[in-house]
Amino acid sequence: MTRHIVGRIGFYTLIALLMAFFTVPLLWLAAAPFTSDPTYEVSLPDFTFTNFQAILEHPYALGSLYNSLLLAVGTAVLVVLLAALAAYALSRVRMPGRDALLYALLLLSSIITGTAAMVPLFQLAVELNLIDSQLGLILILTGGLLPAAIFMLKDFMDSTPKSYEESARVFGASPLQIVGHVVVPLVRPGLATIGVWAIANVWGNFLMPYLLLSDIEKQPGAVIMFTLYTEGGQANLPLLSTFGLLYSVPVVLMYLFVSKKYGFRFHGGIKR
Amino acid sequence: MAQATSHPKARYSADAAGLGTPRAAAFIAPAMALIAVFLVFPALWVIYLGLTNYRLTGLAAAEPQFVGLDNFVKAVSDEGFWNSAWLTVQFVLGSAVIGQVVLGFTIAWLLRDRQGPLKRVVEGLVILAWILPGAVVSFLWIALLDRDGGTLNALLGIPGFAWLLDHPMLSIIIFNTWRGTAFSMMLYGAALGNVPPSHLESARLAGASGWQQLRDVVFPHIRGHILTNLLLISLWTFNDFTPFLLTAGGPDHKSEVLAVHVYNVALRGGELGFGAAVSTIILLINLVVAVFYLRLLRRKS
Amino acid sequence: MAAIELKGLTKVYPGGVKALDSLDLEIPDGEFFALLGPSGCGKTTLLRTIAGLETATGGAIVIGDRDVTGVQPGARDVAMVFQDYALFPHMDVTDNIAYPLRIKKVAKAARAEKAREVGERLGLAHLMDRRPGQLSGGQQQRVALARVMATQAQAFLFDEPLSNLDARLRLEARTFLKKLQRELGVTTVFVTHDQAEALAMADRMAVMENGLIRQIGTPAEVFQRPANTFVASFIGSTPMNLLDGQVRGERLEVAGCKLPVPSSVEGRLSEGEQIVYGVRPEYMTYSAEPVEGAFGGRVSIMENLGAAHLVTLEVNDTLVQVVVPEGSEPPLGAEGFAVPKDGRALVYRDGNVV
Repeated sequence: MTRHIVGRIGFYTLIALLMAFFTVPLLWLAAAPFTSDPTYEVSLPDFTFTNFQAILEHPYALGSLYNSLLLAVGTAVLVVLLAALAAYALSRVRMPGRDALLYALLLLSSIITGTAAMVPLFQLAVELNLIDSQLGLILILTGGLLPAAIFMLKDFMDSTPKSYEESARVFGASPLQIVGHVVVPLVRPGLATIGVWAIANVWGNFLMPYLLLSDIEKQPGAVIMFTLYTEGGQANLPLLSTFGLLYSVPVVLMYLFVSKKYGFRFHGGIKR
Repeated sequence: MAQATSHPKARYSADAAGLGTPRAAAFIAPAMALIAVFLVFPALWVIYLGLTNYRLTGLAAAEPQFVGLDNFVKAVSDEGFWNSAWLTVQFVLGSAVIGQVVLGFTIAWLLRDRQGPLKRVVEGLVILAWILPGAVVSFLWIALLDRDGGTLNALLGIPGFAWLLDHPMLSIIIFNTWRGTAFSMMLYGAALGNVPPSHLESARLAGASGWQQLRDVVFPHIRGHILTNLLLISLWTFNDFTPFLLTAGGPDHKSEVLAVHVYNVALRGGELGFGAAVSTIILLINLVVAVFYLRLLRRKS
Repeated sequence: MAAIELKGLTKVYPGGVKALDSLDLEIPDGEFFALLGPSGCGKTTLLRTIAGLETATGGAIVIGDRDVTGVQPGARDVAMVFQDYALFPHMDVTDNIAYPLRIKKVAKAARAEKAREVGERLGLAHLMDRRPGQLSGGQQQRVALARVMATQAQAFLFDEPLSNLDARLRLEARTFLKKLQRELGVTTVFVTHDQAEALAMADRMAVMENGLIRQIGTPAEVFQRPANTFVASFIGSTPMNLLDGQVRGERLEVAGCKLPVPSSVEGRLSEGEQIVYGVRPEYMTYSAEPVEGAFGGRVSIMENLGAAHLVTLEVNDTLVQVVVPEGSEPPLGAEGFAVPKDGRALVYRDGNVV
């Protein structure tokens, strides 16, 4: 009986400590945007919205969010489209060398990271004149995400019964009709998951845009955020806090959407 | 007409939608082209760059020369490289292998039989730390750890304690533990869900204590998951660039893990050839870990 | 409607596995034909090869008077019901049934009308707006049937059409399917691993093993006179007695008992020959009194079959089974005799019926 009570107390103490550890760093993001004249220390907000004024006045803040959106959506569209085509063919047609290709893809996606490839990617962008090109950055980001995306989507398609397609085929549907009428509707959840995964990845990516976009008008939120707190002088806390919040909200909403709609499917590498 | 004719052109065998190999190849080609140009080629090129004296500016920028293994020799005899390598070992062991694994497993174990709001809130907070953009959480920690006005010093009652200046490694290790625990928590949560309840029940019937149940029933069941988890988070932590956002490697290279080291040497310092040599070493380490990981996956299936 | 003819049909998978080994088969127009066999015998491969989902490596398939061996599945004018029904989960019942017509570019209104008509016939009228996920197994099966009916194809192919239903529903669906096929009169080939299903539904059937057809015939022929010991042991809800024996003069010596030579093989056996004696438990009568030319032994096991009992006799260390009608069950341990009915006992030489 006493052992039981001690156990309960221990359990809740541990949980409380863990929650504190994970909550305290986040408090500032929740409080500071709504506090007039925020400091580094978390204080009770007085629920003002004047800080958001700073965002509107800043020359690059809103533009950077638009850039983030452009990069994220552009990359996601490319990744979903190209990965879906490749994954479908790999899942359904037994071609020579398929297994070796898949193995290579899996290997590539884990070893060639932004860190390992930043030097040659920078060089490549210089040579191909892709510095300060958002399209160039989208292509580079797409190349980096594709192997993992193909792999996850192929997994998803493998688990979809082939009999749907065979059935349509016996009724006389052409391969393209099968893809349009049957395959795309069936794998839509998988496509959505990969799309959200790609958007989340690009939205949060700092290294690549930092490396390849030097024109501040083209830089996404991650780079602007970093610039805001590293550039000289006193950090502009009202601006930092509100911008940080606005820049974070879409990610949280997306997460809620995915976990609500599809349950948080555990894909091993949903985020890297 | 209907004689035993053979049909060597197996146009659609093992091909549910009747796509055919040419069309299938056309489906795969665009993805492969992008991967080849923007992923494989850079990886191969970095090896070549490592063998040259490429610089960002100056004479060597225009006409790089082949210098053989000089950069690698330089890297291996460079104090900065070894300093970074040692810091990286600390970073990976401290934040991933110890921090994230222990914390992730603890949370998963504490919440294993729970449903309802407590579980959702705790998991939600841990996942929030994981999904928020790196640039934002980095600044949140800068604010938290600020020497004079930071919330942590106020809570602990130690104003003026300079976390990021005097203990930069400790700071980024704790930061990365906080940031990355979600993955381990979810993986162990899933793994614990797969331990057959009947095994735990029979252990409990036999009178096993909580620790004995863990040791005799749970760990043998999730050994594969632990190994998978260790390899993946080590790989990710090893390649993590986020410490740059917190300390930029400083002060005085005291938190310059290899990922940051490469950036500082190659892109800030302009020594692309030398940076490429270090990148190659990173690639090789990644390769070793990844091959281990894939072996493990294959053995499981 | 059309007949189906297979000539020397062969399918070898990459890697050398021979799934179909030079099969010849003729299925006349309008017949309800069963392909029966254990898993891995090639029956599903055969069905899929007829559909065109697998490519034949040799031989020919003729449907009606058209050689369709190299023809794409959609152009063969056959329709198929898959084991999992393959109803498109994102379409409602109407769209599912009308899908084949959509491919044939039938106008939207016309195909909805056709779907409604077929659906009504199969008792689906009140379900036309539902998605497959909202239907029971039996309803899903009827939607799948409605979909193939809407095609007006030359032949229907059913892959294990009943295996996804629970046991009770299966009997009902069996009757329904048989009636429907009779009314439509469309040549239908169906695959099953359940011998009772094949016996109950088919006009004729083929029993397959290892890519070969081991027997073709009506259910009665296959049940009464299995062509070989494989078919003999595969068909029947209680296994056939297959006992080693030897020809001894005018008699057969089986399990230490002297039995008369069945009239069908009279004069075709040679003295001292080793044979296998086959008789179904249903084709023997039980007697408590000693009878000439019967298996005599001790009752060792009784199994209740419902309206009858399966009695196992221990006959000189060999087990012989006989079906006994209810009311005349012998007590365990009693002495009993099993008398083969004349004309129903078979003799197998080298595995094939004599």
